[in-house]
Amino acid sequence: MKIVVCIKQVPDTTEIKLDPATGTMIRDGVPSIMNPDDKGGLEIALQLKDKYGAHVTVITMGPPQADDMLREALAMGADRAIHMSDRKFAGADTLATSNAIAGALRMLDFDLVITGRQAIDGDTAQVGPQIAEHLDLPQVTYVEDLQFDGNKTFTIRKSLEDGYQMVQVDAPCVITVLSSANKARYMSVRGIVEAYDREVEVWTYDNISVAEEKLGLKGSPTRVWKSFTKGAKAAGKVYEVEPNEAVDIIVEKLKEKFII
Amino acid sequence: MDKTQYKDVYVFVEQRDGVVQKVAVELLGKARELADALGERVVAMLLGHDISAKAEELIAYGADVVLCADERELAQYTTEPYAQAIAQIVRERKPSIVLIGATTIGRDLGPRLSARLETGLTADCTGLDISEERDLLMTRPAFGGNLMATIICKEHRPQMSTVRPGVMRAKEKDASRTGVVEKVDIHFDKSKFRVKVLETVKEQKNKIDITEAKVLVSGGRGVGNAEGFAMLGKLAETLGAEVSSSRAMVDAGVMPHDRQVGQTGKTVRPDLYFAMGISGAIQHLAGMEESGYIVAVNKDKYAPIFGVADLGIVGDVKKVVPLLTERLAALSKHNK
Repeated sequence: MKIVVCIKQVPDTTEIKLDPATGTMIRDGVPSIMNPDDKGGLEIALQLKDKYGAHVTVITMGPPQADDMLREALAMGADRAIHMSDRKFAGADTLATSNAIAGALRMLDFDLVITGRQAIDGDTAQVGPQIAEHLDLPQVTYVEDLQFDGNKTFTIRKSLEDGYQMVQVDAPCVITVLSSANKARYMSVRGIVEAYDREVEVWTYDNISVAEEKLGLKGSPTRVWKSFTKGAKAAGKVYEVEPNEAVDIIVEKLKEKFII
Repeated sequence: MDKTQYKDVYVFVEQRDGVVQKVAVELLGKARELADALGERVVAMLLGHDISAKAEELIAYGADVVLCADERELAQYTTEPYAQAIAQIVRERKPSIVLIGATTIGRDLGPRLSARLETGLTADCTGLDISEERDLLMTRPAFGGNLMATIICKEHRPQMSTVRPGVMRAKEKDASRTGVVEKVDIHFDKSKFRVKVLETVKEQKNKIDITEAKVLVSGGRGVGNAEGFAMLGKLAETLGAEVSSSRAMVDAGVMPHDRQVGQTGKTVRPDLYFAMGISGAIQHLAGMEESGYIVAVNKDKYAPIFGVADLGIVGDVKKVVPLLTERLAALSKHNK
C-alpha cells in the first residue's frame, strides 16, 4: 500500500500574543510546528506502515523553512518527502492550493491520501475535500479511526457533533484526520540522526502539470479584502461600591447590552 | 464570467433525520438581510427524503422560494449525492450567493462543491455583508482568532460561504409570509457513490464544551471551594450559562480540567464572560480576553482582570453573586 500524507507547517497559534499598545499580532519568536491534525494523519499512515508495510510519502507546499518539518516527518518514520516550493504557488487561497497539491498527487502512485482536518493558522478544513474533488476520489472527513482489511477496504470512524458514523470506502480515497485520533509518535533518535542526510525532493511548477492560471494568487477566487485585529480594547469602568449597588450596575449594563 | 447572470441568495437547509437544523434557520435570517440589500430573493435548498412538509416553515423564516429535492438518495447525508444535487441546482439556476452552515456536514460539503464549481469558498464566517459594488463581504477569524479577515470573491460566482452556527440571528417566524415551493428532480450519477454508511451512532456527549457556551460564569481563587462553585452554578443556571474555572481551582481539584479557561485550558469567546474572584494571570487572560463582554468581580482593585474587563466591580464575590442571582431570577420571572 502506498500512502501520501499532506502536511503543513504552521505558527503555533497558541503562542501568538497581541501587542497591547497597537493591538497587532506579535509573530516574532513564535515557533513553527507541524500542524496538529496533519500529525494525527501522519500517525495513521505510520501505523499502517507498521502493520502492513505501507510506503509513506509526505508532501508539503510552503516556504523553504518547511524543510524542517519534512525532516521531522522523516525522523518519525516517513519514507519519502516532497517539498513543493515555487513563487508560482505563492499567495494561493484554498482552491489554488488544492489545485497545486492535486497536481503533485497526480504524479504519484497511491492508495490513500491523508490530510489533516484543518490547519490551525486558517482553520478552513477545505483543502482536503477540494483535493478529493480534483482527483475524483471519495472523501471521508473528520476521521477518528481507520481500519484496513488488508486488501482494499477501509472501515472508518468519522466524528459528528452528536456522535459518530462508521463508513466504508475502497482505496483509493482521501481522508481528513483529527489530531484527537491518536497520540502521534515522537521522532526516533536514529531517525533524527538520519533525517538530515536524507533527501527532501524539491518540486516546482515544472514538476506538476497544472495550468499557471489555476495556481497561486492568479488561481485564487478569494482575496483578503482587509484584515484587522479585534484590537486590545480599552479597559472598561471599575466601580468600588456596596454589593447592592454593584448588582444594580451589572443588571443595568446587561440590559443595555443583552436581552435579559 | 458574466456576473449579471447570477442572482439570488441560496441557503443550504441542513436537516438531520428530517429535523431542520438551527443553523439553517439562522442562515435564512441572514440571507433575508443580504437579499433585501441586493433587491433579490432568498432561495432555500431543502434536500432529503420525505421532507416536503418542512418547506412552508422555511418561508415563514424568510425564504421566498423553497427548492425541494425529495429523493431516497438524500435521506441521509453523504458527500457525493448532496454535492451532485447542489451542483445541479447551482448550474441550472445560477445563484449569486450560496450559504452553508459550518457544521461537520457543511464543512464536508462546502469545499467539495467549491472545487466542483470552481469558485471561492470562505470558511466559518462570523460576519456577512454586501459591499457598495454588490459583492459579498465575508468576515472570519484566523490565527486561532487573533486576527479577523474580510474576504471577497470578486470574479467568480457563486460566492460561497460556510457560516458558524450560533452567530447569525434567526428571524422571528412569520406565518403570514408567502413564497413558492418548487420540486426539483435530481439526476444522480450513482457510479460516484463510493462511501457507504454502515451506522450512525448518537452519543450523549455529556462533556460540556465551554468553548460553545454563549455565556460563561467563571470562578477563581476568590470563589474558594466547591461550595463557592455551587453558588456560581446557580447564577449560571439563571442565565442559561455554563460554569468555567481558572487554573488555580482546577489544580486544587475543585473543578475538572475540561472546564479550565486559559493557555493550558481552553480558549473561549462567549458573548458574555463573568470573571468571579479571578485575578487575571496572563495565561488566563489569553484564554478569554476576546470574549464579547467581560464582567469582573474581585476584591483586589489592582487585579489585572480589571484591565480587560468591560465592567469591573471591586467587591466580594460571595456577597455579589447571590444578590445578582436573586435579582436576575426575579427579572426573568417578571419577563415571563
